[in-house]
Amino acid sequence: MRSDSVAERVRQMKGSGIREFFDIAQQMEGAISLGVGEPDFVTPWRIREACIFSLEKGYTSYTSNWGLLELREALSDSIHKETGVHYEPEGELLITTGVSEAADLALRALINPDDEVILHEPSYVSYKPCTAFAGGTTVCVPTSVEDEFKVRAEQIEEKITDRTKAIILSYPNNPTGATLSRKELEEIADVVTEHDLLVISDEVYDKLTYEGTHTCFASLNGMKERTILLNGFSKAYAMTGWRLGYAAGNKEIIEAMMKIHQYIMMCAPITAQMAAIEALRCEDEVEQMVSEYNRRRRVMVDGLNTLGLSCFEPKGAFYTFPSIERTGLTSEEFAKRLLFEEKVVVIPGSVFGACGEGFVRCAYAVSQYELKEALERIERFVGGIR
Amino acid sequence: MDKKGGEKVKVKKNEKEILRILEGNARQSDAEIARMTGMTATEVKESIADLERRGIIRRYKAVINYEKAGVEIVQALIDVHVTPERDTGYDSVAKRIARFPEVKSVRLVSGEYDLLVLVTGKTMQEVAYFVAEKIAPLEQVRNTLTHFLLKTYKENGEIYGDEEQSKRLAVTL
Repeated sequence: MRSDSVAERVRQMKGSGIREFFDIAQQMEGAISLGVGEPDFVTPWRIREACIFSLEKGYTSYTSNWGLLELREALSDSIHKETGVHYEPEGELLITTGVSEAADLALRALINPDDEVILHEPSYVSYKPCTAFAGGTTVCVPTSVEDEFKVRAEQIEEKITDRTKAIILSYPNNPTGATLSRKELEEIADVVTEHDLLVISDEVYDKLTYEGTHTCFASLNGMKERTILLNGFSKAYAMTGWRLGYAAGNKEIIEAMMKIHQYIMMCAPITAQMAAIEALRCEDEVEQMVSEYNRRRRVMVDGLNTLGLSCFEPKGAFYTFPSIERTGLTSEEFAKRLLFEEKVVVIPGSVFGACGEGFVRCAYAVSQYELKEALERIERFVGGIR
Repeated sequence: MDKKGGEKVKVKKNEKEILRILEGNARQSDAEIARMTGMTATEVKESIADLERRGIIRRYKAVINYEKAGVEIVQALIDVHVTPERDTGYDSVAKRIARFPEVKSVRLVSGEYDLLVLVTGKTMQEVAYFVAEKIAPLEQVRNTLTHFLLKTYKENGEIYGDEEQSKRLAVTL
């Protein structure tokens, strides 16, 4: 095989440095995983039932590239009800295969070679590679635990250059669980307007907000036209495997995203789309799941702080991001040793950006029983290090 | 008192949360509930005592799958057609039926029959005799229809059978 078989930009992309560790965790018997970024609930039955019913009725075809109109109409109503922002079902809403695809489409639709995208860290692992695949450069803004992992308007402003095209915002945040208040978002909006920027706002954890109210970035004054709102069904409706997300925003940009989507994906699966229409009616089920996450959040934060792994209180998503500084281990050493010695899986904070070093991500989307057991094992492990 | 079974009392938001937790698992300790709700253990203890005192928490029960435990238990739902009495309507006969220990629940229902009674016993014969000898002969009872329960698929919100196993990967980002 020729040595340049794999394209240069792909070859240069770093794979996950902890792949080996992932594979071990995957096969380890009796391990408790706090490493999973997905709900432990099965998709509510009403949603599954709607999907089965649609199959029985023979809905197995392609849909419009934009997604089912019925779903876009239902989504438009639901977004308007929750955020006050109105998106036209035709032209301003695109159904995608997960928020991951939506993020990729947004970046590819916006970025010219050498454009810069400002990204706060720690953050979800895909934004950086997707920006690079689109030919752009990521300019990272580190956030800190002292500042509750919030990105500040002035930090963003400092990083703006002539080449800056867009900012990626991701709150409630994976991996930290941090959220931003309306006022903090408004300050960012002022910077966005002043420097004529665009915002890709990934709000997939919006419904998992435990304290305060989530503010949709597009709902701020003048921001609808500048924002590509990304969201999906994975987290709040426990529908990770269905791969269904959406993008909402300015007609011209959404249409550009659709152009890419129609060539690479054609459309999202119709079964998932039929199920999603029912999901939008499942407010009670979402509320019950959110209450349960909230209870686990308190158990987790309280437990970690008691163990001396100081943990700022996450206000959203389902992750805690405790500091492991006092153990003297790097986050990767901590995760590996915890896995081998006590069979508990956590994700090293360094995976989410250099400023995540010294922390680990613990997802509390596991049962109360497993959570308790995991905390006991972590206690034994940390006790052994001291 | 309203006719639907008790005076309505106000329940605070954190009390509702405690009720939901206990409904899922009545054996959670005060300390665990405190951690889950952000209250103190003393507050939880006092709230639960108050909920008990006010008759909102009636009692604590286990949901048992007797079939799985290999314990023979026969249950039957009895439709009871009743002639209502002057002044008391269905109340006096319903309360009379409710006093039998074999009777686990009595409900006034709409439709062809008036009362829906759940009866348990060790054998089908025992249940049948109980209905024939204790309920049917009551003066206000016009007729009965017995449905023996053959298999339980769901009880008190709990689906019986194979538990759903998590199919999640150990690590995702």
